[in-house]
Amino acid sequence: MYHQEEIECMSRASLEALQVDRLRWSVVHAYENVPLYKKRFDEAGIDPYRIESLNDIKRFPFIMKQDMRDAYPFGLFAVDRSRVKRIHASSGTTGQATVVGYTERDLKNWGDCFARGIAMVGGGASSTMQVSYGYGLFTGGLGAHRGGEAAGCMVVPASTGNTKRQIQLMRDFGVDILCATPSYALLIADTAIEMGYDPAKDFNVSGVILGAEPASERMRDEIRRKLGVRYCDVYGLSEIMGPGVAMECDQACGLHVAEDQFFVEIVDPDTLEPVEDGSYGELVITTLTRECSPLIRYRTRDLTRIIDEPCACGRTHRKIDRIVGRTDDMLIIRGVNVFPSQIEQVIMGCDKVAPHYRIMLSTQGGMDKAELLVETAPEFPFDEIRRLEGLRRRLESELKSNLQIAIDVKIVEPKALERSEGKSQRIVDLRETNARRAPHAPAMD
Amino acid sequence: MIEQLTVLLENEDGRLSDLARDLSEDGIDMHALFIADTADFGVARIFCDTPRRAASMLARKGYRAHVVDVLAVRMADEPGSLAALLRRLGECGRGIEYGYCFPHRDGAVGVLKVGDASIERILAQEGFSVVEAEEVYLLDE
Repeated sequence: MYHQEEIECMSRASLEALQVDRLRWSVVHAYENVPLYKKRFDEAGIDPYRIESLNDIKRFPFIMKQDMRDAYPFGLFAVDRSRVKRIHASSGTTGQATVVGYTERDLKNWGDCFARGIAMVGGGASSTMQVSYGYGLFTGGLGAHRGGEAAGCMVVPASTGNTKRQIQLMRDFGVDILCATPSYALLIADTAIEMGYDPAKDFNVSGVILGAEPASERMRDEIRRKLGVRYCDVYGLSEIMGPGVAMECDQACGLHVAEDQFFVEIVDPDTLEPVEDGSYGELVITTLTRECSPLIRYRTRDLTRIIDEPCACGRTHRKIDRIVGRTDDMLIIRGVNVFPSQIEQVIMGCDKVAPHYRIMLSTQGGMDKAELLVETAPEFPFDEIRRLEGLRRRLESELKSNLQIAIDVKIVEPKALERSEGKSQRIVDLRETNARRAPHAPAMD
Repeated sequence: MIEQLTVLLENEDGRLSDLARDLSEDGIDMHALFIADTADFGVARIFCDTPRRAASMLARKGYRAHVVDVLAVRMADEPGSLAALLRRLGECGRGIEYGYCFPHRDGAVGVLKVGDASIERILAQEGFSVVEAEEVYLLDE
């Protein structure tokens, strides 16, 4: 089931031709209407009127969140105030807020992007969709809401909070699709179970569209099982649009980027050079249709890779993998970029170790030494040293193949890794020259 | 089969001392202790009174501690007794994961970690003197 089959399944050649056309428009639109782009392109000696292919985008300078902060509130708007129909803003808790505006057409495109995900979980005009994202300046609530309307759903704008009432609404209205953050969806499921329901059986809900925060595979499975649903992972960021930039189809192996709306690149966060398809790096997005807030080569700081292979769902838009982390978290170990989430994936994928770990970095003979401390799962038969050694070797070889560098694994007693309610200290960097931060990485958020 | 308490310890100063103290605080009487060590960690194998209570007490204190079934056979303290036992196990096609012996009363006890408990019955039928748990330690209720 598709929302816009002619776009979602168009041939690669037509899609790329469409992207080139739209890229030409977008770059000129930004240049002619936003002083910052004019200044930057002129300084870089780039002629924005000469785009021959998608490859030409690589000549353009990047734009970053700080540029948006500096332009607060409307400095990057490319249309007259009379055409701006809505404003969203990211929270300003760690700095100046970033403001994004939408024209009527921007809102329509956004709704269509999100509605594609509704179709991915089997939803459409006959569905009832509950939006349990917060409504407000945050893009989640109103973005999903617009998507529900575009898909023709009956939309229940529940927003967040009052979980028991949320459950009552889901039940009374026969809600088919729930939109929320993964942690809130799980809380709704657990609360319903506490109230004596079996949501997988007692509720009509058959699909969830969840995003705005990371969720481990275990957590996804738990949500699927407890609610009895198909799971669509939604990616988006307020600077670019909001939820719907990329959405995961039923194949559950990557999120289809709305490539008719966005051109995506993956660059090495260190050198800013493009990486090969399939390699991890920083996601860079260029908007192709945005009228109010066009972004040319926006550095998202999100780390992922492109999965460039045909998808069994029939959609031709390329996929990105789930976000594995942020450039802010990146470690450089012996010159190789390593993200804690890659290590976490190995640990979560092995049921013989507990999900607690610590990464210890030190200098030994002038070289970086990386050590991973893990506990065995409570039931692991550690009585046999052969098994402990086998477990250690297996983890070491998986880490080596995932990360391309050797990490020593040390099995420790449970009490060695103290628990904490919040974030426990996962990384201890005792290296002599602290090379953690990439030299080109911008300031922290 | 008899129950052995097994505890995972990091190979760090003071860990065995902590374990001995923690066991003593709960009044656990150890009868035998064997340690297998590697560069990073050690595995302490213990015969003690009430091994199940000891394991759950240690787990509460943050140790990885299990109760493991092992085969214990009484032997004469003279050349050839262990060889005869191991030869018989080999003939039955039973490998052992690890083993150790300790003197007990007039003779010795051989302790072997075997994969399959059925070997105990075979050995008993053939006249080997299989040790019962209560001969070595105080049972859990």
